[in-house]
Amino acid sequence: MSEHIVKSFDEQLEALSILVSQMGGLAEAQFADAIEAIVRRDSEAAERAVAGDARIDDIQRGIEDRALKLLALRQPMARDLRDTLAAIKIAAELERIGDLAKNIAKRALVLNREPPAHLTQSVVQGLIQGLARMGRQALGQLKQVLDAFSARRPDAAEQVWSRDGEIDEIYNSLFRELLTYMMEDPRTIGLCTHLLFVAKNIERCGDHCTNIAEVVYHMVEADRLGGSRPRADITSQTAYEGRP
Amino acid sequence: MLESLSITRGKVGILLAGMIAGGGAVLLLGAPVFWAMVVLALAVLLVGGFVTFQEPISRVPEQHPDDPLDILPPLTRLVLDRLPTPVMLLDGSERVLFVNQSMREVLGPGLERKKIGQVLRHPDVLAAVADANAAGAAANVPLTLPVPVERHFQVHVARVQVAPSITALLLHDVTVVRRSEQMRADFVANASHELRTPLAAVSGFIDTLRGHARDDAVAREQFLDIMAGETARMRRLIHDLLSLARIEMNEHVRPEGRIALEGVVRQAAQVLMPLAAQDGVRIAVEGPPHLPEVLGDRDELVQLFQNLIHNAIKYGRAGGTVTVTLAAEGGEVSAAVRDQGEGIDPAAIPRLTERFYRVDVKRSRERGGTGLGLAIVKHIVNRHQGRLAIESIKGMGSTFTVHLPQAPDSSARLPPGDALPAEVAGTGAAPVTEML
Repeated sequence: MSEHIVKSFDEQLEALSILVSQMGGLAEAQFADAIEAIVRRDSEAAERAVAGDARIDDIQRGIEDRALKLLALRQPMARDLRDTLAAIKIAAELERIGDLAKNIAKRALVLNREPPAHLTQSVVQGLIQGLARMGRQALGQLKQVLDAFSARRPDAAEQVWSRDGEIDEIYNSLFRELLTYMMEDPRTIGLCTHLLFVAKNIERCGDHCTNIAEVVYHMVEADRLGGSRPRADITSQTAYEGRP
Repeated sequence: MLESLSITRGKVGILLAGMIAGGGAVLLLGAPVFWAMVVLALAVLLVGGFVTFQEPISRVPEQHPDDPLDILPPLTRLVLDRLPTPVMLLDGSERVLFVNQSMREVLGPGLERKKIGQVLRHPDVLAAVADANAAGAAANVPLTLPVPVERHFQVHVARVQVAPSITALLLHDVTVVRRSEQMRADFVANASHELRTPLAAVSGFIDTLRGHARDDAVAREQFLDIMAGETARMRRLIHDLLSLARIEMNEHVRPEGRIALEGVVRQAAQVLMPLAAQDGVRIAVEGPPHLPEVLGDRDELVQLFQNLIHNAIKYGRAGGTVTVTLAAEGGEVSAAVRDQGEGIDPAAIPRLTERFYRVDVKRSRERGGTGLGLAIVKHIVNRHQGRLAIESIKGMGSTFTVHLPQAPDSSARLPPGDALPAEVAGTGAAPVTEML
């Protein structure tokens, strides 16, 4: 990056980007805790995830304040302006991810309190395994998009953007499976609804990652990731073509 | 900085020399010569500004020139750089001073001069670094990196020098330990789950045989057959669980052998031919000759294709053909295993590689499936940093395609003996070699 005459301007921009990375780290840790809480029935992890949300909100406010000050006092142009805007936008997305993680963790607490009734152990394990895989995928997406932000790599951001389809597919599959159980036996609705919301929240996290990817791409390239998002692999397309 | 510093030093030297010479000249020869000397000194200075007087110093690669770490002797730095343990040194403002090669492999390139918050975001790590920097408190925190392959580290942070402050950060890889813990837990859970049913069946039949079926020859035969089937299932299950465990254990270690995929596919097909013959299924391997090699573990790749081809035989059409198509494209070598079966429900496709996930439990059991075959495939593909794509059209069959990255500078060709016969390869589009 070329330097500005006013050194402190560079420092302020850098501080902003570090704050965003730091917030990303918190969101990652919180989300990982939430998934851990579901998969390992770990209530401690769930409580950590619920408690972690407050700090994320604090940092988001910090980022907004700094960004506003920067806009007002320095009137940044071109790349600096995009950097500043990107910080505000990414902070908003990360804050949403934090909220979703908190919600997942709260549901984990409820699930851990009441034993899974009316569904066989192996069915529940299968569902949890599906959620675990989805969660790992989403966590991977989040890490990669934050890495893309730190390293300013639009290609990495584009990769994240185009890979969201995989999470959606697992979600669709879990959705159908859960629906079947609920139709078969209404007593399972309580448990299944919690699991369904967990799946939905993970899927939403994936969407927020693609939003961040779009912001990162725009920040570096001053251009938008074009068109409708391609489905991750041909799998679904070919598969769905065959549906009667 | 180093260069400009030495230039400044040079400049000062020249200036001093100029002054002394100028002073001498004034004493001996008078003012005009003094001014001539001053002009000369200025000219030398001007030229000196553009020309570097120093030979370029050979540096450890990727190090920023104005590196305060010059205090590190070159040898120490080289040793640190080659150390298999990831090491990072940070200055007082938490900026990266030095990272070694292993650290770059873990965190990616472009780490120099960044603040720690931009390269390692985990809140616990950041807190530990801040503590070490401020109070000199050494700390030890866990860190998990989810992609590309999950890795677990123990991060050791300690301040190693006070003025100027330098903090060392060291990653201790505990992936193997964490994995084996995890696997033990998984193994117990899976084994108790999946082994319980056949075990219950076997012990039930033993009780019956001891009891009222003791003297019934027909029932005895029938029961013994079922028991043999159930124990065979348990054996398969244990075999698969063990191979899965073995592969998982090494998943984070990249294989290094150079493998020609075609030979691997043929070997896998060869093993399965008797089985295919039972169902009247033919196995065909097709593709252009001289495909690039891939980096891989031969035994694992053979197992990968055995599992895929075995599945294709099991779930394909009896009397049909299983086709393996090899291709190279965009730095990847791919192998597609296609069957002519009834296809897979689209909703099931994304979950096929999960452990014990079965589209049709009854059918899988009948055909001797353990529910682990594709999980094994996925772990092998992961270890090879490849991709697995599953396409399926209802009523038309399914295709499982494995994409593996090509081995670097893979200019070496297949030995002629391994390549497809020339006349087959010469026929152009989709040459097919029948194996049965």
